[in-house]
Amino acid sequence: MTAPLIELRHLGKSFGAVHALKDVSLTIGRGEIHCLAGENGSGKSTLIKVISGVNQPDRGEILIDGEKIENMSPRQAIARGVQVIYQDFSLFPNLSVAENLALSTELQAGKKLVSWRRVRQIAEEATRKLGVALELDALVETLPTAGKQLVAIARALMSDPRLLIMDEPTTALTGREVEALFRVVRDIQSRGIAVLFVSHKMREMLEISERITVIRSGEVVASGDIGDFDEARITRAMTGQELASEGYRWEGDPTAPALLDVQGLTVPGQLDDITFALKPGEIVGVSGLLGSGRTELALALFGMKRGYAGEIRLSGRPLRLDGVQAAIAEGIAYVPEDRLTEGLFLAATIDRNMLATSHDRLSRFGVMQNGQAARESEEMIREMAIATPTGNRPVTQLSGGNAQRVVIGRWLMNDPKLLILNGPTVGVDVGSKAGIHRKIRELARARGLGVLMISDDLPELVDNCNRILVLHRGRLVAELEAEATSEADLSTRLGALQ
Amino acid sequence: MSGLANALRRHPELMVAAVLVIAVLAIGTINPVFWQPSNLFSLLRASVITGILALAVLLVMLSGGIDVSFPAFAIAAMYLTVKAMIAWQFDGVLLPFLMASSIGLALGLVNAVFVHYLRMIPLIVTLGTGTAVRGFILGVVGTSQINIDQMPPLLIAFARGEFFSVTQADGSQAGLSSMVLVYAGLAIAVHLILRHTMLGRGIYALGGGEEAARRVGFNTRRITFVIYGLAGALAGFAGLLHGAMIWTANPRDMVGLELDVIAAVVLGGASIFGGRGTVIGTMLGVLTLVVITNSLIILGVDTTWQRVVVGAIVIAATAVTAWRDRKRIA
Amino acid sequence: MSTLLQRLRGSDTNLLQLVILTVLIFAGMAALNPERFLRPYVFESITFIAPELGLLAIAMMVAMLTGGIDLSVIGIANLSCILAGLFFHSVGAPRGPELVNMPLPLVLAGIGIALATGVIAGAINGLLVAKMRVTPILATIGTGQIFTGICLVLTGGPAVVGFPAIWGQFGNGTVFGIAAPLVVFVVVAGLVWFVLSRTAFGINLTLIGTNPRAAVFAGLRTQRTVFLSYVMTGALASVAGILLSGRTNAAKSDYGVSYLLQAVLIAVLAGTNPAGGRGSVPGIALALVALMLLSSGLQIMRFSNFLVDLIWGGFLLLSIALAALRMRSR
Repeated sequence: MTAPLIELRHLGKSFGAVHALKDVSLTIGRGEIHCLAGENGSGKSTLIKVISGVNQPDRGEILIDGEKIENMSPRQAIARGVQVIYQDFSLFPNLSVAENLALSTELQAGKKLVSWRRVRQIAEEATRKLGVALELDALVETLPTAGKQLVAIARALMSDPRLLIMDEPTTALTGREVEALFRVVRDIQSRGIAVLFVSHKMREMLEISERITVIRSGEVVASGDIGDFDEARITRAMTGQELASEGYRWEGDPTAPALLDVQGLTVPGQLDDITFALKPGEIVGVSGLLGSGRTELALALFGMKRGYAGEIRLSGRPLRLDGVQAAIAEGIAYVPEDRLTEGLFLAATIDRNMLATSHDRLSRFGVMQNGQAARESEEMIREMAIATPTGNRPVTQLSGGNAQRVVIGRWLMNDPKLLILNGPTVGVDVGSKAGIHRKIRELARARGLGVLMISDDLPELVDNCNRILVLHRGRLVAELEAEATSEADLSTRLGALQ
Repeated sequence: MSGLANALRRHPELMVAAVLVIAVLAIGTINPVFWQPSNLFSLLRASVITGILALAVLLVMLSGGIDVSFPAFAIAAMYLTVKAMIAWQFDGVLLPFLMASSIGLALGLVNAVFVHYLRMIPLIVTLGTGTAVRGFILGVVGTSQINIDQMPPLLIAFARGEFFSVTQADGSQAGLSSMVLVYAGLAIAVHLILRHTMLGRGIYALGGGEEAARRVGFNTRRITFVIYGLAGALAGFAGLLHGAMIWTANPRDMVGLELDVIAAVVLGGASIFGGRGTVIGTMLGVLTLVVITNSLIILGVDTTWQRVVVGAIVIAATAVTAWRDRKRIA
Repeated sequence: MSTLLQRLRGSDTNLLQLVILTVLIFAGMAALNPERFLRPYVFESITFIAPELGLLAIAMMVAMLTGGIDLSVIGIANLSCILAGLFFHSVGAPRGPELVNMPLPLVLAGIGIALATGVIAGAINGLLVAKMRVTPILATIGTGQIFTGICLVLTGGPAVVGFPAIWGQFGNGTVFGIAAPLVVFVVVAGLVWFVLSRTAFGINLTLIGTNPRAAVFAGLRTQRTVFLSYVMTGALASVAGILLSGRTNAAKSDYGVSYLLQAVLIAVLAGTNPAGGRGSVPGIALALVALMLLSSGLQIMRFSNFLVDLIWGGFLLLSIALAALRMRSR
């Protein structure tokens, strides 16, 4: 038996007091499609950096072809055939496709001069290797995301890799583009190149991978053949959360008028004739593959899709949502998808973050009422059970879960009627997650808040919502009662949409 | 995305070429004196210094930076070189230009150190180095102007050279300065570097994304040093050439010139965010700016309007660039 | 008490460093020339000269709060007082007692003209930056040229000499024995400090500078707030113009050109982050005092203005280096 392509033995890596990797062992065979699954913050990125030689492990061994490699540098990793395609692709938007494809090859060859004929040849060879047609003279910035990704893959293949690591490759792709990507990946595999897929999107892992390794908090918590896994098991392994089976029961009045009533909501190219209603106290989940229009639906309700058609009513009143301020004034709140870049002001204090939407309300003749502001912030810190002695601390000192509570709390200060949550617990550790869920249900139940919860995390939807909407290619394709739906049902349903 | 925005993105020089043609036709129609060879030749001659400095600014802008220190560097190189020539009683052409370029190079490398190692915004770095260098020249080296009677004769003779002349309608001779050839030579050299060397492509790559450039394997530190070093050397060269062309070495010269040069480069389609811009576009931008500002007199417009015109050109050009790049930033 | 300690340890370590720097400069200058430096006259003259520069530095800081910069402040300052001066000359007389003894209402009208000029000029910058998304550097280079250009067109070059006596009081009068410009500075700086730290507008402005994207998702009116910040910058520049012209009894298109670098230097030294999100008025005040002590000390030691420029430029580079080291140690 030949040695596996790459073998990691008991890797550990710490950054100061943070143990990014505690004990990770992983084996990837030649030509294998292996999936590395884990939530944000589980240590996936660190593991990629260790395999590609960017970071040196503190403990453990890396073996390539059975040979132990000490202090591997990025250059050595590349020489051994390890190539990484980062989430941002690392392309040059201002240069042509051909040049993007050829630059690294020419650099590796130590070329000083550029021959545009050779650039062209290299680019043509690259597209031939990948087996797709690319417009070589186009500037990369004019390509859609899927096109950029193909350029990145073609570029990686130029150095004849044996292991291609793809970091969250499906994040910005539509369902159809994911399909196309998988065809390319299978083709790469058929040439004996192993692919390590790094993702937290379960459905896609199940479809493409042969073997899977799940890590959580820097440790391997499950691994094996993909056949032994289903979506529920992967989720449980990733989150460490046993399925809470209680579910959310909506005990409101079924005859009460709707809080939110959406009729024929259409945004050209993104949303197509969406109609649904939500009553006070309901928690309605929104599920769908990437590119299904889930985020677009949220943005439309938050006033960020000015050109929408159709009618949106809140408490029976028709609204014209042509700006974020209009939506906020009507009592609509939105917790965005990416907490770090869209939710938080990282350089500011907890108080400033908490009060971000309330500064106008808390000022008289433009002057902030500091006493009242401090009181309200303190109250909300207590109500949201944020772990900090004072609101005067930098928000960066909070854990993911506590930081998310700040973003949610920010909106509660405005006493909203409708709370839209996009990925409410992404990158939040297990314990904190349950707490956030409890809080959301309590808000819905006690305050009669309407909640729209968008999530990739199916158990999260099944456990916390009383109804779940399924979107696909901008259309509403199913509306399910959560009580009558299991996670497996939902998973099958979504799988069928592919 | 509209087709026009795309065309402008691929060929930034299209816009400036159109502006130049319109400007030339309009000025020529209003006052046919414009078409006289002596006027055309003097416009070309007037674009030499601004043009060489614009090449320097183009290099910096391609990498995503901006430079306002080059007029000070140019003056420092010119004044120190001429002073040294007088002190050592040396006259010549090649060595002095080598010295001026070296002074510029050294000063440019100082910029590079601050930009690369200290990660400071290039505008603020170059504001600091420019002021410090100007203060050093005027405060330490001297404030007196060196006039034609003291200027090294060979230097003057070199800058007076003409390589082409025609007889005009009124029988007078109009000659085209050889310095235009020097400018063309430098422009071709910069173009070749940018277009046909890995280093040049590295400058574009750096402007496209520093992290991506590093991951592909470019030595971003070396590229940054080359950019600022080369920009400084070009500025030093231009400074001495300027002194030779106007037969004086004035340490207070070129104040505020950075604005004209930046205006020309932006007009030529270069983006302040880096990665976009060409030598041909820059040369057209310089020519357009020179044609417009130098034609105010023959158009009967008071020269006090010159600042307003330059400002309006900067704003118009950047507004178009902002519109072109809007999609990318949003 | 604990919050005070926290503030000293936290974001305000920069203030502490500035205090130390000021004390060091003071001690150094006092030690070098005790008999000439430690005289009331030295400090008194600082209280007349520093305010105009301080206001420009505050204006620069406000623009930097959102990651921008305003290179047109000098142009705005000059244009404001030239317009007011021309107004005085046309309603009063170009010179003589009628101008000097102009009644208060007319002088107030002139002040209104100057402030309105600053507000309108700032609004133009704000429109370009916030609505048309032109890069602040280029937008304000362009408008700065236009404002300076209009000054040239209006005056033809020479200074507008002679202002009413009441106007002059702002630049060189005293209030209860304290320099009037200092009083204006303290009032205006206090107002800006209050607006930035205690009003919804100021707090939102800082948040927008910290993370413009999150600001959109938090429902802040980013465009309007950034626009208003440039209006504020313009108004501050015009107040600086009033002080400058009041002190010198003249207004000219190229007054205060060297203030641009100094304003940037004071803003950066005061701990303003040119990338946005951090800046404080007390920091500006301290940096201003430190640098004014330094430059008066140097002038007493018979350093020429050029050498002082050299040192200012060097100081800017040094403060960049220190800021970089601070970031690294964090």
